[in-house]
Amino acid sequence: MIKFFLMVNKQGQTRLSRYYEHVEINKRTLLEADVIKTCLSRSKEQCSFIEYKDFKLIYRQYAALFIVVGINETENEMAVYEFIHNFVEVLDMYFSRVSELDIMFNLDKVHIILDEMVLNGCIVETNKARILAPLLILDKMAES
Amino acid sequence: MSDIVEKTLTALPGLFLQHQAAGGSGVSRVSVSSRLGSLIRSITALTSKHEEEKLIQQELASLKATVSAPGTTLRLMKECMVRLIYCEMLGYESSFGYIHAIKLAQQGNLLEKRVGYLAVSLFLHENHELLLLLVNTVVKDLQSTNLVEVCMALTIVSQIFPREMIPAVLPLIEDKLQHSKTSELTYDVLDESLRRAELSHNITYAILFECVHTIYTIYPKPELLEKAARCIGKFVLSPKINLKYLGLKALTYVIQQDPNLALQHQMTIIECLDHPDPIIKRETLELLYRITNAQNVSVIVQKMLEYLQQSKEEYIIISLVGKIAELAEKYAPDNEWFIQTMNAVFSVGGDVMHPDIPNNFLRLLAEGFDDENEDKQLRLYAVQSYLSLLEIENALYPQRFLQVMSWVLGEYSYLLDKGTPEIVITKLYRLLVNKSTTSETKAWIMGAVTKLMPQAPSSKTVEKLIQEFSVSLDTCMRQHAFELKHLQEKVELMKNLLPIDKSCEDLVVDASLSFLDGFVAEGLDQGAAPYKPHHQRQEEKLSQGKVLNFEPYGLSFSSTMSSSGCTGRQSPAGISLSSDVSGNSAETGQKEINSLKLEGVKKLWGKEGYLPKKENKVGNIPELQPVAQDSTLVENVDQMMIKKDQSQALHHSEEEAEKQRLASTLFVGLGSESAVSLLGKTDTVSHKFRRKSKVSDTKNRELAIAHNINCSSFNPLSNAPYEDDDHLNNFQGKGDTGLKKCSLGSEFLESDLKSESLTELHLVENLSACSLSPPSLFEDNSMEIFHPASPILSSFANEISLTSSLLEELNEHVHSDLVELCNNEILKVSSCKIWKDDCLLLVWLVANKSSLELKSTNLEITPTENFKILEHPGFCFPIIEAESTKSIQHHVHIEKPFTEEGLSGYIKCQVEEDPYIQLDFSVTLSLLDFIRPMKICTEDFGKLWLSFANDVKQNIKVSDSQANLPFVLKTLQQKLRLHIIDIIGNEGILACRLLPSVPCLLHLRAHEGMVALWFRSSCSSLPDYLLYQCQKVMEES
Repeated sequence: MIKFFLMVNKQGQTRLSRYYEHVEINKRTLLEADVIKTCLSRSKEQCSFIEYKDFKLIYRQYAALFIVVGINETENEMAVYEFIHNFVEVLDMYFSRVSELDIMFNLDKVHIILDEMVLNGCIVETNKARILAPLLILDKMAES
Repeated sequence: MSDIVEKTLTALPGLFLQHQAAGGSGVSRVSVSSRLGSLIRSITALTSKHEEEKLIQQELASLKATVSAPGTTLRLMKECMVRLIYCEMLGYESSFGYIHAIKLAQQGNLLEKRVGYLAVSLFLHENHELLLLLVNTVVKDLQSTNLVEVCMALTIVSQIFPREMIPAVLPLIEDKLQHSKTSELTYDVLDESLRRAELSHNITYAILFECVHTIYTIYPKPELLEKAARCIGKFVLSPKINLKYLGLKALTYVIQQDPNLALQHQMTIIECLDHPDPIIKRETLELLYRITNAQNVSVIVQKMLEYLQQSKEEYIIISLVGKIAELAEKYAPDNEWFIQTMNAVFSVGGDVMHPDIPNNFLRLLAEGFDDENEDKQLRLYAVQSYLSLLEIENALYPQRFLQVMSWVLGEYSYLLDKGTPEIVITKLYRLLVNKSTTSETKAWIMGAVTKLMPQAPSSKTVEKLIQEFSVSLDTCMRQHAFELKHLQEKVELMKNLLPIDKSCEDLVVDASLSFLDGFVAEGLDQGAAPYKPHHQRQEEKLSQGKVLNFEPYGLSFSSTMSSSGCTGRQSPAGISLSSDVSGNSAETGQKEINSLKLEGVKKLWGKEGYLPKKENKVGNIPELQPVAQDSTLVENVDQMMIKKDQSQALHHSEEEAEKQRLASTLFVGLGSESAVSLLGKTDTVSHKFRRKSKVSDTKNRELAIAHNINCSSFNPLSNAPYEDDDHLNNFQGKGDTGLKKCSLGSEFLESDLKSESLTELHLVENLSACSLSPPSLFEDNSMEIFHPASPILSSFANEISLTSSLLEELNEHVHSDLVELCNNEILKVSSCKIWKDDCLLLVWLVANKSSLELKSTNLEITPTENFKILEHPGFCFPIIEAESTKSIQHHVHIEKPFTEEGLSGYIKCQVEEDPYIQLDFSVTLSLLDFIRPMKICTEDFGKLWLSFANDVKQNIKVSDSQANLPFVLKTLQQKLRLHIIDIIGNEGILACRLLPSVPCLLHLRAHEGMVALWFRSSCSSLPDYLLYQCQKVMEES
């Protein structure tokens, strides 16, 4: 199961956070800071999976932005690793060439996309068209 | 894709302009004009955390003003929610907005609604009380015809729907699920997946991994297993580190089924064991842990200890230490190795390890094995080992380790030569006065000294100790010192109390302190107040101070285990009856557990549950050696594993040979040719100390609880039909009509009492025994339930014998009398209420009294807002034959609580060609027709209690004859159908539900002619109505 999904940049600023298990709000910032510190300490040659407390971190870096996913032992590390990329591809499709700024300024949309892909800590959808369909409907409604 | 996120913050200002210029594409781009945009920009411009905090607080203040302003549009509200999400993401709580998020989800159009739901899911957690406000919205959206709304509702349900409200949406969701049978296709799918997975893309490996996992999990198919094994090879041998990791993980999964695979990849495993990336190393150790057997245990444990020494991470230490302890207990080759390994475990694991580890270790030592001599050797070795560890100057050991040491020394020092107790006591004394020793450990040490004292009655150290600690500021220590002093004066008592090597024997103690009864009675005679347990005193104090006590049950049911483990006396049971009645004086023989905290600790890890096991103790007589942890233990391994720096200098081939040798030690005993079968690992080993696994125990308990909840929310009377059958037989035995009838007041009682668990019966028995009310509850009840068959009943039986299905229904459920509603020369309409578990069933009997056929008889119920009738409210009998009776049924649900409401209707019929005859009728339904007992346990009660916001409190005066608790409880159980969950002292807790599943809880306390009622429910009006009913029945009784 996925425990949390984070987008944090190299400076340690959180761009998106979604917790699938309740974490106290003050503990979240501490956790995020610690997680990004851990990720930054890793070299390119090292495994993209890290044992962290009683769970594992799967991370991928896109330019200055880290996407870090916390999972427990029942989850498939490689699947989550690829899921991160899948998510980025969906964002890229929606925002046509996504940037960190898109994520910052469209926080709600990014969350909605993530919600289509992960439910209750489980990956439920990977098809880009199907993921974006509800959001595109909402956009259309907002326009009219 | 590498260029996806190239833009960094340093280029921000320029980018804003760019985006402004390029804006307007179909998909919404960065909207600079938005307030979120300006917030983000201002934050980006800041330089310090302090400034950020100031800015966000300003922002929150302005948001607060906006969201609470009455004129705020939903569109603006949506804006605000996104900004609130942003603020919370940065770590600033914005709880004022939560309620508005819910409002937005309730009222907004699609996008607004979605953002409302999103905000709710991000802000709240599953147990947040505000969520109850969302339930109706979710239910509404689930039934929406708009697919997008349904999807939103499904999303939110999976995210944070409150647990106890799940029954409300479950049917709606189940409708939306489609079940498909693909199991028989699994083999083909897996085979196909493996075959097509030639592509070299990451996700292929992820899928392959899952396939392999599945193949080894499902019923094995040899052909597939072979393919899966080849597949694992691809992973393990991959140069890509992520794949290697995955390969190791796959190996870990499958290795127990197929140890040969470990042999195939042994060289890779050896390489990974020294991999620079700790996670690879860690995964390798995990794998080795699974293939451990009696032959390779020392090498593998050594590797684990090496890893432990480098690791600082608490979770890793906890997990590894647990595994080492488990392996040591399972496969220890000899006493010496076992004790030394456990010493290492205690030293490293220290105070973070799971408490089961020291507890199991001590239990193992205490309970021993079949061979008495063997036990002695092990204990003696432990004693000697600890003594030499304590010899070392200035050595600091974790507190848990010291506790283990002191227990063992206290218990088994007698195995040493004569004259040594004094030496041991001196060592313990030194620990006792050490500043770093905690008070818990001191209690253990004191225990040990007390046990040693009979062996050295005139010890000077003990004298000194008593003197010193008699004036200690620590009351616990002072108490111990005084006890010690008294024991020292009475040598005989001391020897009886502290026999040598009897840690496993039961000491008979009178836990209920019955010898104090006389004293208590005397005190009471002289007007002393009866003893009240701590929780009760606390609660009374709180209620006097007019402070809301939010956790009354948390206090009541706090564990009875004393955490310091220094007192042997405990309250005899969780339920404390007031002390003026020591009704259970006979309950002696409480187990004296020697202050070992063996019970009440939960096991957290371990795949098959962590079981203390031990096998194949080699009958070596251990030699006396000082325990420098590593020396002997590592010797073996050191010969093969020369330190890295040395080995680098060695020739390559020598290095290879080295690995080969290590491999042969690691993988010894694996594979089919070996005598030790890994498959049978858990079965072949005889586990002396196998206990019921704590994990499975708790799981069972959880299951039982879950089951309870299930029952209570769906079908609390599920066993009622069976019970009723019994009663039916009883009746028939008495020559009765075979129909069961009971008054409205007592209908559920018999099934309740019958189906009550033994403990509850016991409870009631106890209560009635200790109360002053003379007749037992049961006698009382049976008199009320089994009314003699009345004339109405027999005629009713005649009437309904016509409709066999109805008869069946009636037999299965408790029901009311048949009531005549309207009557003329042609027609008679009567009705009967059947109180089913899930609804109220109204049965209408239409009798044709004339000698002519009735044509197109119409029965029509007038709809009201209070009731929902599942069937069509009208019904037409085309023909009712002369002098016959027809019946119809209506399932009635309640829409909102009320006290009493009429349900009216009319019947219309035609005799031959005469004009229509119409008769009006009405039945009165009471709230009680829709109340059912809710069977939950005390623990669930406590949880529910805290989760309900609506509460009503009231004190009712009762006459003296009613003032005792059993009477009140009995009345409520009989007349209101409340389920008695527990009785504690003069308090009782009860629960019921309003159909279909609105729970209502009642906490009740009887004192001095008053009964204090305290209702809580998830429904706001229900407590008021129930309170009214309670008052009514109390007045009537």
